[in-house]
Amino acid sequence: MIDSAFSMTGGRVSLDRRDILRGIDLTVCPGEVVAVMGANGSGKSTLVRTLLGLTPLSGGQTLVYGSPPAKFREWWRIGYVPQRLAVGGGVPATVREVVTSGRIARQSRLRRTSPEDKAAAASALEAVGLSDRAGDPVQSLSGGQQQRVLIARALAGEPDTYVMDEPTAGVDADTQQLLADTLATLVLNGKTIVLVAHELGPLEPLITRGVVVHEGRIAHDGRPPRPEGDCARPGHEHVHPHAAEAAAGPLSGWQGES
Amino acid sequence: MIELLDKQFFQLALIAALLVGLCAPAVGTFIVQRKLALLGDGIGHVALTGVALGFLTGTAPVLTAVAVSVIGAVAIELVRARGRTSGDVALALLFYGGIAGGVMLMGIAPGGSNAKLNSYLFGAIASVTTEDIWIIGALAVAVIAVVVIFGRELFVLCQDEEMARASGLPVRFLSLLIAVTAALTVVIAMRVVGLLLVSALMVIPVATSQQLTRGFRSTMGLAMLFGVIAAVGGLLSSTLSARVPPGAAIVLLALCGFVLALGVGKFVRRGRPRESTVSERSSMRVEEVTR
Repeated sequence: MIDSAFSMTGGRVSLDRRDILRGIDLTVCPGEVVAVMGANGSGKSTLVRTLLGLTPLSGGQTLVYGSPPAKFREWWRIGYVPQRLAVGGGVPATVREVVTSGRIARQSRLRRTSPEDKAAAASALEAVGLSDRAGDPVQSLSGGQQQRVLIARALAGEPDTYVMDEPTAGVDADTQQLLADTLATLVLNGKTIVLVAHELGPLEPLITRGVVVHEGRIAHDGRPPRPEGDCARPGHEHVHPHAAEAAAGPLSGWQGES
Repeated sequence: MIELLDKQFFQLALIAALLVGLCAPAVGTFIVQRKLALLGDGIGHVALTGVALGFLTGTAPVLTAVAVSVIGAVAIELVRARGRTSGDVALALLFYGGIAGGVMLMGIAPGGSNAKLNSYLFGAIASVTTEDIWIIGALAVAVIAVVVIFGRELFVLCQDEEMARASGLPVRFLSLLIAVTAALTVVIAMRVVGLLLVSALMVIPVATSQQLTRGFRSTMGLAMLFGVIAAVGGLLSSTLSARVPPGAAIVLLALCGFVLALGVGKFVRRGRPRESTVSERSSMRVEEVTR
């Protein structure tokens, strides 16, 4: 039997007495490319953070490769791409230093950084097209470039499963395309990907499964949503003045299908 | 100055200055990166109670300072990890308690006096004893060992705590480790620059170094070099006149270095491809906050 990468049953999360997730059942199998979608505040980010154990559950349980996050030991199998680069309190760090730190789960405490570590970091930098900036401080990079550094950091760890929190948010079209190309290679190599996205853009053809979160529950789980009608026009900009409408809109189209 | 080198008290002072110059910026780099630049000050306040406790009980003040400041550092870390707004006030209360407790206990202690209190508050490097040097040396070895063995993990922790968690690092242990290491550094530096200026040697060399460097490792290395130059230079300058207090001389020298690096750094940066300006960086922070 193949272990699932992630498996959450009855997952509940409350933060500051507010229910963010209200009973989530979600199993992600190896090789799946899952897009977790939903309006702002729907709980989609919390969901992936909870899968990793970054946000504690207040009910239910979640497993990472068969173990609860607190007991999970094979963290090298997971590559996490947070929403934004957390720039420390002003001490500079070079792009190479940050990307190499993605190897941490594969390194042992007393051993020095090995040639394999350096090679993995170098090829990760090449994959995101930042080899020429390796020696520059990450703080000096633009937002899109920093996003690429974060992706390279996850790539450097050579994990089985990638968890990406809004990798396309606030990133220019070129970077989105570069991300899609990078992900395509990962998909070809059979990697598992769970990504949070507001809009899929160029990632759309890669997605094998769409999970729509609405008010802390899974409202749709199955074929990835395809933009329809007005939304499918090239250059269309999504404007979602009300979260509820945004979630209800695409949903109505799917209920018949599944 | 040559004849001074033969005198034992000066040799001891020189060793102490060297060790402080090396250790304080090494730990300081992690602390500054973690936005805890004032952690050293906090621990310094608490350590004063430890010193007074030593006088009161007749044990070596350095040892009691180690014990109390480690307890204080752990308490500060636990409050910080809870991450609530009340933590800010809780920390302040701890600092005031540390200073007030220290002054009170020192007053009660049989051998306590204002002069002794001052020597710990502002440093008295010339009065460092051989016993002090052994303790300071052992602490310095411990601090450097932590940086060497755990440096890579501490870098990830201080850079991005979530990433550390998602990489399976022992985040709680590492957070306590960095706090305890800071506490040990405070005690090392206490005799040299004094508890009120301890943090200066953890922060100023790092701030100086980052004007000139691009990477984390190079920032730490250069900060340690600046730390040693400031500590030894300050000590030497205090030998020119008996009226120059070494602790203050060390810190002022470090500050001069910072101002110098600020100018040189601007010149160095001009050659770089693209550097985000401070306003860009702060607008990014605003975005983070409003998210």
